[in-house]
Amino acid sequence: MAKPLHPTPLLDELEKGPWPSFVTGIKRLAKDNDMAVDLLGQLETSYENRLGYWKGGTLGVVGYGGGIIPRFSELKNADGSYKFPDAGEFHTLRVMPPAGMHYDTGTLRKLCDIWVKHGSGLIALHGQSGDIMFQGASSENVQKAFDEFNELGFDLGGAGPALRTSASCIGQARCEMSCYDEGKAHHEIINKFLDDLHRPALPYKFKFKFSGCPNDCTNSIQRSDFATIGTWRDNIRTDDEMGKKFVAKHGINKVINEVVGMCPTRAMQIKAAKDVAKGANISSVALDGNQSLEIDNKSCVRCMHCINVMTGALQIGKDTGVTILIGGKSVLKIGATMGSVIIPFMPLKTDEDYEKYMDLAQRVMDFFAENALEHERTGEMIDRIGLANFLEGVEVEIDPNMINRPRMNPYTNMGGWDEEVAKAEARKSAA
Amino acid sequence: MAQPQVRKPIEGFLDNKKFLHPKFAANYGNWKYHDRPRPGVLHHVSNTGDEVWTVKCGTQRQMDHYTIRKLCDIVDKHAEGFMRFTMRSNCEISVSSAAKVEPLIKALEDGGFPVGGTGNSVSMVAHTQGWLHCDIPGTDASGVVKSMMDHLIDEYRHERMPNRVKLSTSCCEINCGGQADIAVVVQYTKPPKINHDLVSAICERPTVVARCPVAAIRPTIVNGKPSLEVDEKKCVCCGACYPPCPPMQINDRDSNKIAIWVGGKNSNARSKPTFHKLVAAGLPNNAPRWPEVNAVVGRILKAYQADGRPWERMADWIDRIGWPAFFEKTELPFTKYMIDDWRGGRVNLNASAHVRF
Repeated sequence: MAKPLHPTPLLDELEKGPWPSFVTGIKRLAKDNDMAVDLLGQLETSYENRLGYWKGGTLGVVGYGGGIIPRFSELKNADGSYKFPDAGEFHTLRVMPPAGMHYDTGTLRKLCDIWVKHGSGLIALHGQSGDIMFQGASSENVQKAFDEFNELGFDLGGAGPALRTSASCIGQARCEMSCYDEGKAHHEIINKFLDDLHRPALPYKFKFKFSGCPNDCTNSIQRSDFATIGTWRDNIRTDDEMGKKFVAKHGINKVINEVVGMCPTRAMQIKAAKDVAKGANISSVALDGNQSLEIDNKSCVRCMHCINVMTGALQIGKDTGVTILIGGKSVLKIGATMGSVIIPFMPLKTDEDYEKYMDLAQRVMDFFAENALEHERTGEMIDRIGLANFLEGVEVEIDPNMINRPRMNPYTNMGGWDEEVAKAEARKSAA
Repeated sequence: MAQPQVRKPIEGFLDNKKFLHPKFAANYGNWKYHDRPRPGVLHHVSNTGDEVWTVKCGTQRQMDHYTIRKLCDIVDKHAEGFMRFTMRSNCEISVSSAAKVEPLIKALEDGGFPVGGTGNSVSMVAHTQGWLHCDIPGTDASGVVKSMMDHLIDEYRHERMPNRVKLSTSCCEINCGGQADIAVVVQYTKPPKINHDLVSAICERPTVVARCPVAAIRPTIVNGKPSLEVDEKKCVCCGACYPPCPPMQINDRDSNKIAIWVGGKNSNARSKPTFHKLVAAGLPNNAPRWPEVNAVVGRILKAYQADGRPWERMADWIDRIGWPAFFEKTELPFTKYMIDDWRGGRVNLNASAHVRF
């Protein structure tokens, strides 16, 4: 039986309403856990004063320099003791969930058991970076909690100037759009760079994210330094039977207005079946007895829209691989940036493919570690030194897919023009 | 005295294979198409004809273990022992027969887990730690989300929007909640208040100086102690100096305001990814329910729902109707702050004769 609740009239308001209430949940914890009682006390004070009262510190587990988010309460009595002593130390353990955030109930229950034993019982599923966040352990109990999570097979996630916990979409496990094994890529990358995750020694944080297709459900272009997005090189695949089913159910106008009319590069046309173009780059799907939807794959940018609308009738290609974009980050210092294309396409099926992919990741991480300033993200670094220099540094050839348009401003020293033309010709003959 | 045995960590990112629903494992990489029999339910069919149904439900993200166990009980009793979570803290529970779907939906709804969030619905809000746990929060996170989803639960449970709506909240300008169709983000309106007695004891001054995006911070001596000063004419009140230097307090109960940004899109569908754009600011940080914020979010969603065409995300809709119409339909004031003056901001000016009336 825990100590009585502090009065929380403001938080009580958040128990009303139909959406599940985190306040109700914490109050339930507070019935037998003093940490939750005092957490509510601190939070109510925040709601009253509209200010936060946590401060960080330095705390870790043996062998690791990161992964624990220390939280000490700033609310003190006149004598310096904690106003809410049982939430005075309320540290978080970031724990990496399985790729795709899949669980079986047995494992989830065991994780809960461990956390009830050593902490507050409050778990965030999940943090923005992709961690399971076990919130609320005293300094003394952090190591004990970690030891038990670790025995269960779980490892700590990233924090600080380190490789961070990553995220991958559900992908191949359940999604027909998936172009590569996201879970495998996620797994391999984290395990390769585990040292950079557990022992922060980078200029600043570094995040990988893995999306199976350009729908980019992990938001990798905007939220990661190194985005791996599935794609394909060949033609969109089609299924006539499903195409006809779609039109029978939804009508031809839907295809006109919501598919053809919304293709960003006008790659699609509706034609009489007999008039559909012939050619290696043409896909077509039957709409009814007379008409077909024709796709000029040379113009297709793999935006996923038509496939989203006509799932099954249209499908990703077979020659699949990944596009890699580098440099996404949020607002600090130079404003938010999106990753930009560094690798338009690389296959990711065989062991040899994986070796090349991992080697690229290593070169990028090494270059970042050696060249970024303190507290500078990869995107900022590229902004500072220029993309062409970054590409040279990581040994990646330039490609027109990396730009929206060529430069619009002439202010650069083009004394090396002839040399660069020779390089372009060499690239062409090597291809 | 002998040292106690210290346990070394077993380092390694675990494999996810044993956590996959058997249908996922059996059809890995072999799916053909999907459809949605009803809001909150996904139905996937593989190339072999195998099928799996997935029920999606919302959670409060900040879960006490009792709630997690209740969810596990439902998954064990009405599903097949496997579940997963999404980037926005929804829970997806898969079953191998259509007959299990309705009883699972009922159990979830009865258990307090709203079923929905699929297709063209309003999904759960991506959010962060706020006053509950962050060390630099300008407002709360879970509370704002609870107040928003209480208003929006019907749009979570139904698929009535032109396309999916992704929401986010962030408790400071760093925007950890991420880019979204509608983002609710703290906007500071005053430079930091500096406690000069503490700066030299706590802050690494060169680090703090380097952190400022507009070079507004200078080392100085105050009351005989090394400290920092802010050129308030340059200061953009971003709060970036606060994390490395808490004595430069950016937060204030009255001057912390809430801003609303719209039109962020992560996906590549129909158009390249976009950042969200400022459409409202100066909203009061009115805990515990933020009624003014919710009123604006509601107006924006109402206009979008009434006027968007199928498959148009908010960014696509605004692209079509134009910004003048957006401000008109949502009855939001267009102020000078909407005109971008950050580096590279010229691209956001209308350098054309494309005007709308």
